[in-house]
Amino acid sequence: MSQFFQVMLSGLSTGSIYALAAIGFTLVWQAAQTVNFAQGEFVMLPAFFVLIGIHALGLPLWLALIFGLIVAVIVLGVLFKQVIVQPMLPDGGLPLIIATMALGILLKESVKEFYGAEAQPYPQLFPLDAITIGGAVISVQDVMNLVVAVVVVIGLTMFLNRTRTGRCMQATAQNPGVAEILGVNIRRMVLYTFLINAGLAALASFLISPIYLAKFSNGESIGMIAFIAAIVGGFNQIRGAIAGGLLIGVVDNITATYITAEYRAAVPLLLLIGIILLKPEGLLGTKEGRAV
Amino acid sequence: MNIQTKPILQVRDISKTFGAIKAVNGVSFDVQPGEILGLIGPNGSGKSTLFNCILGQLTPDTGTVEVKGQSVSGKRACDLNKLGVGRTFQQLSVFPDMTVLDNIIAAGQEHKGTLLGRLFGAPDAGLTAEADKLIAFFRLQHLRDTRAGSLSYGQQKLVDAAMAFMAGPGLVLLDEPAGGVNLTMLANLKDRLIAFNREHGTTFVVIEHNMEFVMSLCTRIIVLAEGAIIAEGRPDEIKSNQTVIDAYLGG
Amino acid sequence: MLRTWKAPLLAILGLILLLLAPIGQGNYIIYTLCSWMVFSIAAMGLNLTLGYAGQISLAQAAFMAIGAYTVAIMTLAGWHWVVAAPIGVFFCFVIGLALGFPALRVKGHFLAFITLAFNTLVFLVARNEDWLTGGALGKVGMPRPSFFGFGTGQQISFYYFTLVIFVIAALLMYGIVRSPWGRAFKALRENPVRAESLGLDTRMITLLAFAIGSAYGGLAGALISPLVQFIEPGSFAVHHSLRILLMVVVGGSGFFYGPMLGAAVVILMPEVLRFTEGYYLIIYAVMVIVLMVFCPSGLIGVYGKLRDRFFPKVVVRADMQQGAQL
Repeated sequence: MSQFFQVMLSGLSTGSIYALAAIGFTLVWQAAQTVNFAQGEFVMLPAFFVLIGIHALGLPLWLALIFGLIVAVIVLGVLFKQVIVQPMLPDGGLPLIIATMALGILLKESVKEFYGAEAQPYPQLFPLDAITIGGAVISVQDVMNLVVAVVVVIGLTMFLNRTRTGRCMQATAQNPGVAEILGVNIRRMVLYTFLINAGLAALASFLISPIYLAKFSNGESIGMIAFIAAIVGGFNQIRGAIAGGLLIGVVDNITATYITAEYRAAVPLLLLIGIILLKPEGLLGTKEGRAV
Repeated sequence: MNIQTKPILQVRDISKTFGAIKAVNGVSFDVQPGEILGLIGPNGSGKSTLFNCILGQLTPDTGTVEVKGQSVSGKRACDLNKLGVGRTFQQLSVFPDMTVLDNIIAAGQEHKGTLLGRLFGAPDAGLTAEADKLIAFFRLQHLRDTRAGSLSYGQQKLVDAAMAFMAGPGLVLLDEPAGGVNLTMLANLKDRLIAFNREHGTTFVVIEHNMEFVMSLCTRIIVLAEGAIIAEGRPDEIKSNQTVIDAYLGG
Repeated sequence: MLRTWKAPLLAILGLILLLLAPIGQGNYIIYTLCSWMVFSIAAMGLNLTLGYAGQISLAQAAFMAIGAYTVAIMTLAGWHWVVAAPIGVFFCFVIGLALGFPALRVKGHFLAFITLAFNTLVFLVARNEDWLTGGALGKVGMPRPSFFGFGTGQQISFYYFTLVIFVIAALLMYGIVRSPWGRAFKALRENPVRAESLGLDTRMITLLAFAIGSAYGGLAGALISPLVQFIEPGSFAVHHSLRILLMVVVGGSGFFYGPMLGAAVVILMPEVLRFTEGYYLIIYAVMVIVLMVFCPSGLIGVYGKLRDRFFPKVVVRADMQQGAQL
């Protein structure tokens, strides 16, 4: 029983990191009609900015993290929006999606060529101790990951619902035409969405790299999970992304521990196919969704 | 017109709400084969929404629609077309990168046979002759092989109408066909519509704002206001109907 | 795009070139040409799905895997390629229908995600199920087929065999695009709402396009087995589906010759520009991004824009031809 509790908690912890990536993905999809196929690489990359900060610039860890965050927000937020998304938004749709796929390849191969193909050791953010509660051995890292993710999500939700800017962002996502008439600067709202996504991806990167090490190919698996989490949870809802992320984290861990190691990666895939077959709007999604 | 014949279009109790706005509120009417019915009403009276509900672009909250006696509620737009129903859209809807001829063939090719069958059939689905007849009818022969996107607005409107006719003859719904068209072209359009109606017995339902156009074109008129029918009758009756005058001119 | 009478002439010229190409060349070059034709077939299929029907499929490599493994298993068990290949192609068509049906019911690019998941699943199965696929070690030693006593063991004879299949596949694709389906796809791309109101069953035609496109992937895979005579799961990972997508997009999606041009660029460039080793994927990625921003219709689209710039076809506004009589 205590092992099950361990597995659950560990699953929730990884799941909360997936949720961060999924939330960013959903936000960008809602507010900018951009299906960002490079989301996985967005989570892979910031860790390398941190490593550059530490090794090339000699920064202490805390400063390197801030450096990594800032660079990530600039490159994956501002640059991404201005250089790739903005010119293509009016024509939209297919070319933009393909451009993000190409961007993912670009980021992945660039890291592989210019930094290195091997997995890079990555500094731990939290102590590696474990605490024992009622027979279950729980790592401090798991607990801290969960706490950080929860705090960020609560902060984000409060920002979106309680602040003026947040509500303007929601209005832009739901009906940009009307929002513009009401005086909302939609270009800026869209920019904020991309900045938030970059920030969430960076945070996910910092939390997950100590576990899986920083490697150029991380983006593939994390990206896939972010998409699945968003779709399974409910493609047009943020709480869908949260639920999806946690669900996959837990299911993945349970599968790996109790069922099969070889087909571990298959379970989220089957979940995806199942949801699209049975309830395409996702577990928490509503049928109307965002009208295209 | 024989009143005993079955209506070609039967609309019963259609309602559609968008959030807090009731766009269409319990509308019912019949359309007899061969008539030219006008649907008029101030802006926001629900005319286009009503069309969309009849034709499958929108699902109405309540109500039923029958075409030639068959229920079409909830059917997709492509299925309606198979029953011989055509429509034009308020915004121009020609295919800009195709020639006029291709536009009209495209409009007719899905109407007969099967999708799979068309894969093995002739490239023009055997419709060149029919399309050419329609092009001649609208006097567009000189534009036959021109890219539709390079035509003038008025000419595109004619192509638009021709495309809607390819699904017929039967029933054609026209959504503001006179919008933005100059006077000469307008007379041309009206003349062609009446001629087609006489030659083929096609039924037309026309949404319009242009009073003069509607009054001189239609055999019967229905007036909508705020999603409901407020008057029905011949053009001269409607012109002098007090309720209608109030709805259009009043507050 | 090409002015009408030139098109068949160029096609015949191209065919003659292809017939003469391998003569006097070394085995490696002939092998590369075969590889180009095989991937052109896969890219042609994806072009039907993406360029004509407007749907993203990220599983073309998985369909190649299904074709390749079917042929491998059957030919190693003694069946002739001519029996094994159609079976593999048929599997791919049916699976395409099964995958596409739920995904295309819903608005949005769900097919992209389902095919992404499917490709990963196929990879996992290929890697884990040793008894069927040889696992990570794959399948080795697939025999080259022989026809009426003519073997294809020699690289050059296999080339002509591949050429025959390639031409048949291209002719079939041409038949699809020239039929009323071609017009329907155009309508679908330019104004899907109008197309559906004119009677086009948009869902069905998209589903069939995807299934046929996937079948083409299977055909390409069926050729890869005897060509390379060694297949393993890694050759069909998601990465390769992306590569085929790049071929379609770079060449020009929605154009008939686009996929062949794109396949040539993606396959031949690393051979020709050896110094770009390792960087060539980065080069393509940048190329695709630039193309998508400035000219989404790929290299063929770029050709069209350049041609119109330097040799413009003067188009008098059509309605002015008869004076302002309207």
